[in-house]
Amino acid sequence: MTGEDFVKLEGVGVTYGSGGSKTKALCPTDLSIAKGDFVALVGPSGCGKSTILKLVSELLKPSEGNIFFGGRELGAKPVRVGMAFQSASLLQWMSVRDNVMLPLKIVPPFKADFRNKRNGEFKDRVDALLEQVGLIDFADKSPWQLSGGMMQRANLCRALVHDPDLLLLDEPFGALDQFTREELWQTMQDLWMNRKSTVLLVTHDLREATYLANRVCVMSARPGRIIDDRPVNFARPRAIDVTFDPLFIQMVQALRQLIVHTPTAPKADAA
Amino acid sequence: MTPRTQKIASATLIVSVFVFWEIFCVLAGISELILPRPSRIIEAFLQYALAIAPHAWQTLYTTLVGFLFGVLIGLSLGVLIGSSKLCYDTAYPLLVGISSIPKVAVVPIFVLWFGAGTVPAILTAMIICIFPIVVNVSTGIATVEPELEDVMKSLKANKLEILWNVGLPRSLPYFFAALKVSITLSFVGSVIAETVASNKGVGNMMLIASSQFNVPLVFSGLIVLAVMGISLYAIFALLEGRMTGWATRKNNV
Repeated sequence: MTGEDFVKLEGVGVTYGSGGSKTKALCPTDLSIAKGDFVALVGPSGCGKSTILKLVSELLKPSEGNIFFGGRELGAKPVRVGMAFQSASLLQWMSVRDNVMLPLKIVPPFKADFRNKRNGEFKDRVDALLEQVGLIDFADKSPWQLSGGMMQRANLCRALVHDPDLLLLDEPFGALDQFTREELWQTMQDLWMNRKSTVLLVTHDLREATYLANRVCVMSARPGRIIDDRPVNFARPRAIDVTFDPLFIQMVQALRQLIVHTPTAPKADAA
Repeated sequence: MTPRTQKIASATLIVSVFVFWEIFCVLAGISELILPRPSRIIEAFLQYALAIAPHAWQTLYTTLVGFLFGVLIGLSLGVLIGSSKLCYDTAYPLLVGISSIPKVAVVPIFVLWFGAGTVPAILTAMIICIFPIVVNVSTGIATVEPELEDVMKSLKANKLEILWNVGLPRSLPYFFAALKVSITLSFVGSVIAETVASNKGVGNMMLIASSQFNVPLVFSGLIVLAVMGISLYAIFALLEGRMTGWATRKNNV
């Protein structure tokens, strides 16, 4: 781990509703992420993993506690965030290239130059990214002409094109088949190693968490809290074969034990 | 069926309906005062073409002006209602209430306010086409995928940027679907208003012709309305194909 705490959650909790119908979604939680780190958040369904992502991306306000970003309170200065969800949610009426370019149209300082650079510098920037994930031949295609895995590649590009300080991934590979998923893990690892972005990944796939992350945090069932936080020390770049390493399997099993045997977990209930 | 045989089949069906009509009238010996034969209708149309033209123009004019205002109002209301949950919940009951009034019933009120003639026809054409547009556009905007909205919000996009980049383009197919319904409804509106209170327009012409038992002329009026209605529908269908081909997944957009 390098540097001081880049993102820091201090006693952050979330309660939905008011009065008699209060639902606690997230117990007061502490979590800190160093700059350039890759942290995975795993836990049973509905435990508040996605809630943490929404808090960090300012989509949701915490009911209690504080979130700091680069030493300052969240909201004090704009944090540049990239987000990707399980559904690629690309805009159907645009080409893949224009979809990936979308953040440049909205996020300052790119926004100001968008008209001038959309066919020049920005196009090159997008194309370089598409090249990296192997989508360059599909840049002019419509999203629905892509396969599920390709859509997710485009989705990742869109989340990264504006050089976000923080990349937030909410089960981006969840809807893909096993082979495509593993391919995308490698793509994701390459992107991260090239860019050294800070990544927070939410997933229920323990192999995915172990393969991709430097650190895996385990959450308990709802109302969620972090019950375990452990480093993953396999050397980078990790080949897919590492998932068959006994140490890797041991780690996945240990994580599984933690989640399945959490005392407050009834059954995996709906989120 | 290939598109080509499909088209031929459609055309054949249309032609055979008219042929059947003609033969049926001749064989059953139906009086021209009840149901004129298509050939008589065409004859009457050619005979009165010059007299029909100004009426047709009047109807087209009131319909299009009313439709234009209706689209502007419907689009603005739809965007407003669709982009704010508060507006949506607040205004929806009122809109449903207004929409459930048969628009034809307000023609006498327009006549009371503005006198007989062009204005009530325009207003009726306008009011009748607003609601489908409001419903469709607001639905298109309100049903933006939550994930997409989260992606936009996490980029710190403001409401206007989300609307412009996502909401509006996304609601275009809904908007064009509504336009096709609305343009035909607008014709209904203006013809009704002309029939009730006007001295011009196809509706009025048909009313007078029927009072003179000139039934072939009444039917010519009907044909004129049908042709105008179908042409405008076709224009919007073409525009729709051009603008929202992505929604039907055509390759050549």
